Amino acid sequence: MRDFIKINRKADIALNIVMILCTIACVLPLLIVFSASITDEKTVTMYGYSLFPRNLSLEAYKYIYKDIMVILRAYGVTVFVTVVGSALSLVTIALYAYPISRKDFKYRNVFTFIVFLTMLFNGGLVPWYMVYVNVLHIDDTIMALILPYLMTPLYVLIMRTFFMTTIPDGIIEAARIDGAGEFQTFVWIVLPLAKPVLATIGLFNILTYWNDWYAPLLFINNEKLFNLQYLMYRVDKAIIYLSNNAGSINNATQIMANLPSQTARMAMAVVAIGPIILAYPFFQKYFVEGLTIGSIKG
Amino acid sequence: MAEMQRASGTEITTVRRQKPALLKELAKNKVLYLMLLPGLLVLLVNNYLPMFGIVIAFKDYNYAKGFWKSDWVGFNNFEYLFNSKAAFLITRNTILYNVAFIVIAATVAVVLAIIFNELLNRRISKFYQSVMFLPYFFSWVVISYLVFALLSSDMGFVNKILISNGMQPVEWYVDPRFWPLIIILVNTWKWTGYDSIIYLAAIIGFDKSLYEAAAVDGASRFQQITKVMVPMLMPVITVLTLIKVGRIFFTDFGLFFNIPRNSGPLYDVTNVIETYVFRALRQTGDIGMASAAGFYQAVVGFIVVMTANYIVRKIDKDSSLF
Repeated sequence: MRDFIKINRKADIALNIVMILCTIACVLPLLIVFSASITDEKTVTMYGYSLFPRNLSLEAYKYIYKDIMVILRAYGVTVFVTVVGSALSLVTIALYAYPISRKDFKYRNVFTFIVFLTMLFNGGLVPWYMVYVNVLHIDDTIMALILPYLMTPLYVLIMRTFFMTTIPDGIIEAARIDGAGEFQTFVWIVLPLAKPVLATIGLFNILTYWNDWYAPLLFINNEKLFNLQYLMYRVDKAIIYLSNNAGSINNATQIMANLPSQTARMAMAVVAIGPIILAYPFFQKYFVEGLTIGSIKG
Repeated sequence: MAEMQRASGTEITTVRRQKPALLKELAKNKVLYLMLLPGLLVLLVNNYLPMFGIVIAFKDYNYAKGFWKSDWVGFNNFEYLFNSKAAFLITRNTILYNVAFIVIAATVAVVLAIIFNELLNRRISKFYQSVMFLPYFFSWVVISYLVFALLSSDMGFVNKILISNGMQPVEWYVDPRFWPLIIILVNTWKWTGYDSIIYLAAIIGFDKSLYEAAAVDGASRFQQITKVMVPMLMPVITVLTLIKVGRIFFTDFGLFFNIPRNSGPLYDVTNVIETYVFRALRQTGDIGMASAAGFYQAVVGFIVVMTANYIVRKIDKDSSLF
C-alpha cells in the first residue's frame, strides 16, 4: 500500500538531485582550496585554482613548514585561549545563571534585567575599545582575547531557563535540610543535573574562541600573541602587500617568483580548517541539540 | 483615622528597617551574591562602562586630553556624519542587506528544512544536513580564503570557467556591480544550513495525525505540505523573522570586512555601519565620526528592537524577548 503521508519515489529522486547540487555547492570551495594546496605553484599560476590537482606537489606545505614555529605558536595561543576562555566563560555564566534562577532569591529580577539590558542597548565599538585600551590597559595581552566573550547574555538566559525548568526546587530544599551550603548544593547537586546545557554552551564557547580574529584585530600588535585566525588574516594581508608592491621593492619580483604564495596561502587555510573538519562528526550532534535548547525562551 | 495612623506607622517602621533589611538580605544570601560577582564585573567592563562611554559622541575626542578632559561639542560630530555621503550609504547598505538575508532565511531555509524532512531515506537526509551545516563552523577569515580561491582575478576558479567558456574574466575585487549578489550568496552559504536545522526541529515536532487526516480527505503530500505543514510553521517563521528584523540595524562585521578584502573600490556597496565605525576608529583615526555613527546605531537599533519585540509579544507571548 502507498504511504499517503510520504512523497512518492519520483519526487524523492528529484529532491535528492537538488540536495546533491546544494551539497556540492557547500563543499566546492573547500575542495578547490585543498586541491590548490597540493598543487605545484607554477601550475596554479598558469592554470589557476581548479577542482582537481594536476602536478601534485607538497612544496606549499614544505614552505609553511619553514615557519612551523610561527604556526605552532599561533596554534598554541588559540588552544590556550580556547581552553581557558571557554572554561572561565562557562563558570562565569553558570555562577551568574544559578542565583537568578532561584525563585526564593529576592533580587533575581533585578540581576536578570542587568543581563537582559545588554541585549537591547549596546555602547558600540568606540567606547568598548577605549575601556579596554585606556581604562583597563589590556591591549596586547592575552586578557584582551579572553575577556570579550566571557558573558554572552543569551547563554546566561538559556542556562537560567534550564535551571528553572529542569532542576526541581525540592532537590535544592532537600540539600539545604541535609545541611549543604549554597555553594555545595550548586556544585554537587545542580551542576551534575545541568550537564546537557553545560556541554552545549561549552561547545558554543569553544567555537567562538577558536574562530575569533576580531579581538586580535582590535587589540593585538605583538606577533607572539597572534592566534591562528589572526595569523591567517595577517598572512593574507602580507601576500597582497608583496604582490602589490612587487615592482617597487628590489628583488621583490624574484622573491615573489620563488615564493609559493598562492599555494602556501591555501596550505595555511587547510592547516587551520583541518581540526574543525576532523572534529566535526563528533561534535555536530551536540550543536544540533544545542540549537533546540537555544530556542527555548530566555 | 485609625487606618491612617496604621499606615504611617508601617511607613516609619519600613524606613527604620530599610538599611538593616538590605544588609540582612546580603548576609542571608552572601553566597548567591558572591556567585553573581564575576559575571557582574565582566558585564561592567564589557557592557556598562561602554554604555556610559557612549557620550563620547558629543565630544571632540583628543588623545592628549583623554576621555574626561576632551571638549564637549554638542551635535557637531553628528552634523559632520549626516552631511557626508557615508551616512546614507551605510544606512542603506545595512538595511537592504539585512532585508535580503531575512527574506532568504524565511524562504530558502524553510524550503530546505521541508526537503530534509521529506526525503525518504533518513540517513541520506542526515548526511545532507551535516554537510550544509558545516559552513556555520568556519570563521569569516577562513571563508575569505575560500571566496578568494573562487574570485581571484588571475587565478580564481570562476574566471577560469568564464575564460574557458569564451567569456571575459571579471576583476571581482575591483568591480562593485556584482558585490550585492556575492555578499548575499556568501551569507546564504554560511547560514542557510543553520537556519534550516532550527526550522526542521519545529517540523519534526508537529503532530503527524494531521497529515493523515488530510490524506484521508484526499490531499496529496504536496498539498499536505502547503496546506497543513506550512501554516503550522508560520508562527515560527514569523517570530524568527521578527527577531531578525529587530537586529536590522546591526550586521556581521566579518562578512562585510573580510569577504570584500577591505577593497576601496567596493566600499559603496559593501560598507555598513560596523565597517564604517571600525575604519573611522582604526584606519582614519576619526573618533568623532566613529562614535557618532556608533551612537546613531545604538539608539536607532534600540528603537527597532523594542518595536519588533512589541509585535512579537502581540503574536506569541512566549517567543518575545521580554
